[in-house]
Amino acid sequence: MAITDIKAFAHLTEADIETLGQELDTIRRDVELSLGERDAKYIRRVIRAQRVLEAAGRATLFGSRNRWAWLAGTGLLSVAKIIENMELGHNISHGQWDWMNDPEIHSTSWEWDMTGASSQWKRAHNYSHHTYTNILDMDEDLGFGILRMTRDEEWKPINLAQPFANLVLAALFEWGIALHDLDAAKSQLGIPKDQWFSAPTKDFLRKAGKQVVKDFVIYPALTGPAWKSTLKANASANLIRNLWAYAVIFCGHFPDGAQKFTEEQFENETQGEWYLRQMLGSANFEAGPAMALMSGNLSFQIEHHLFPDIPSNRYAQVSVKVKELCDKYDLPYTTGSIGKQYLLAFRTIHKLALPDQFLKRTSDDAPETSSERKFAGVTLPAMPSLPAGSEWLAEHNWAGVDPVTGERRGLRSALQEAKVALKEKALHEKAVLREAKASLQEKARQEKDLLQTKAGRERRLSRILRRNR
Amino acid sequence: MASKTGGFSVRGLREWLEAPVAEGATAGRTKLNALRGAAARITTPLLPDDYLHLVNPLWSARELRGRIVAVRKETSDSVTLVIKPGWGFDFKFSPGQYIGIGVLVEGRWHWRSYSLTCPPDWTDPEHKAKRLISIAVKAMPEGFLSSHLVNGVAVGSVVRLAAPQGGFVLPEPPPAKVLFLTAGSGITPVMAMLRTMDRRGVVPDVVHVHSSRTADDVMFGNELRELHDKHPSFTADLHFTGEHGKFALAELDERVPDWRERDTWACGPIGMLDEIEKHWAAAGIPDQLHVERFEIERSATGEGGTVTFARAGRSLEVDGATTLLQAGESAGVQMPFGCRMGICQTCVVTVTEGHVRDLRNGNERRAGDKVQTCISAAAGDCTLDV
Repeated sequence: MAITDIKAFAHLTEADIETLGQELDTIRRDVELSLGERDAKYIRRVIRAQRVLEAAGRATLFGSRNRWAWLAGTGLLSVAKIIENMELGHNISHGQWDWMNDPEIHSTSWEWDMTGASSQWKRAHNYSHHTYTNILDMDEDLGFGILRMTRDEEWKPINLAQPFANLVLAALFEWGIALHDLDAAKSQLGIPKDQWFSAPTKDFLRKAGKQVVKDFVIYPALTGPAWKSTLKANASANLIRNLWAYAVIFCGHFPDGAQKFTEEQFENETQGEWYLRQMLGSANFEAGPAMALMSGNLSFQIEHHLFPDIPSNRYAQVSVKVKELCDKYDLPYTTGSIGKQYLLAFRTIHKLALPDQFLKRTSDDAPETSSERKFAGVTLPAMPSLPAGSEWLAEHNWAGVDPVTGERRGLRSALQEAKVALKEKALHEKAVLREAKASLQEKARQEKDLLQTKAGRERRLSRILRRNR
Repeated sequence: MASKTGGFSVRGLREWLEAPVAEGATAGRTKLNALRGAAARITTPLLPDDYLHLVNPLWSARELRGRIVAVRKETSDSVTLVIKPGWGFDFKFSPGQYIGIGVLVEGRWHWRSYSLTCPPDWTDPEHKAKRLISIAVKAMPEGFLSSHLVNGVAVGSVVRLAAPQGGFVLPEPPPAKVLFLTAGSGITPVMAMLRTMDRRGVVPDVVHVHSSRTADDVMFGNELRELHDKHPSFTADLHFTGEHGKFALAELDERVPDWRERDTWACGPIGMLDEIEKHWAAAGIPDQLHVERFEIERSATGEGGTVTFARAGRSLEVDGATTLLQAGESAGVQMPFGCRMGICQTCVVTVTEGHVRDLRNGNERRAGDKVQTCISAAAGDCTLDV
């Protein structure tokens, strides 16, 4: 049952979490105070580059009956759409550039090149997802209502179709997001799901209509004889953008190590615990500058979730400080190559298509979700000098500070120890089983021998009896 | 494509073409609107302007823009900025109105309002008879942007503009007897009125009493003298507070004996305007007085104040710790809201007057800024566009 008490899970005391929160506040303030001309130039340069790429792509597609022009045009358009979607649309709508006071580059006025309306997306994403990150039944981004992404959710027969649903979601990602956001907008306004035609639906249809007409009617028509190849190019660019956005987003919260939470945890959450939840619920992937740009800097998903409205070009710099904090508080910092992170998510999608009886681990101790109960079955070394503050730590004989090295011992050490302990427990159980098996076999052999001896004796006896008849 | 009557009409076609730019545009209509609208269908969700202004910053009617084409020194601490507006600017404003101007300083746009000092549809022979506008700015000691504009703004800089507005205007035709009472930079809107009358050649009986510290501090001093000499019906009466102290309203009976018969326009420091209002009310002629109060450019040290929700038409008194979102909700205003912790950006509204403070870092925000109501509180009186 996902994390219900983040303090216990993190192996931190209340005071620890509060100081951690203050340190994160300081990081935010330092960035805010240093924002200036260079940052403003960065976003304007990205906007200019994106518009030039898009115009170049569209222009190249006029010659799309030539195979090379088709490839070049499709490539340019795909890159333009990806940057527009990730580094511009996503980040500007988060208010990351609101500090510039520029009415054109502002969360209240930016509209992106996707089928969903920015205003609806902001509700579902900025509000629901970023406030209730990874809380079961509150964050609808957990599987987007289609996939079962944690074994905290009950298995339903429809989940068997998950491998297929995953492919459809990836290919039509912008439509998935648009419909998801429309649903969120409707539920926010209290409009019943079955009421098909409403104001939010109209907004959705208007926006989606414009997008479809642009990419699939007007541009192909404009290129005249090349209309067919232009149509294919536009469809391909949208598909490539969808697959990429899907992959990046799935690497953000679904690789192993990105934790899930319960409403109990959320109910009385402090600001420090909110930070901690964002940190433990998110996962990064390793990226160079180009890859970071193409992912809208969501390769720094942890930093983004801690500070969703800090300009994305600063996440790299922030990540150094966040990592330092993770070391200081002995907290895990979940990251890996994009391939590895996606494969972990992919594994979860396919594993959880199966009913629970096929799954070995429980929701307290699974790769995609765990809880503070994970540590309960593990015998931890007894520690003499315990800091005051956490009953849970005391109960579990967990010292906040290592008496030998003087370093803080937190969740990261606990996870490692739990891993070792669980492995040992498994080995021990295996050994016990082996012994039991051996002794059973031994017993069986003895019985067999006994039976054989008995049978031999009976045979001899019957022979004697026959002879004496 | 068809008009409402069902038939095909040129007007219907034009409206259909202009529809995409009509939605997003904040600027006035331009002749190119039909073309921009047609192009917007292929540039959606952006407007063609978003691409065009990358080529020339003035080629956008989505946001009014302008380029500073001249900076003229008026006095030691004031300048006139001559601006060439881009697409969509309406030159048919009324003399006395002000414009909003946004200036980029260290990556941030700063918005202020300044009175236009030029007559409507003004062309300047120095600039190839292009239609221009001008404003005059006096540096205030604690005014961040006014100091920047007076000391640092470069010719060629691109600024953003907000359409001319304000009710402190000279009617057309002007009344037969006029009194202008100004002090300091309060002369700027009156300058537009004087220049308009001069250009139209219709100068009725006008008396202008202007206060400044010394003769050197008079903005447009030479021009006032020239107008005085050129038009016998115009009297410029300068009062130097450095020598004679503050202009006392009791002196009016002596200096402008018929002030009660005149339509009066007054602009200057708040204290002076308060006194004038009282004086006119006491004389029983408050209707003959027009007053312009400039926003005071100051670092707001106020805590709390009266928050006005402009569109809802409500206001209430709050302390410096109550968020604007809470204030609005307790006043029964339909506030947009979301996470209530400053992350979701769904509660953002525009401040139209006064100052507010970001509770997280103490940063001060002012008119023209968009703020998150859930983490902002009033810093003095303020008005929100909600």
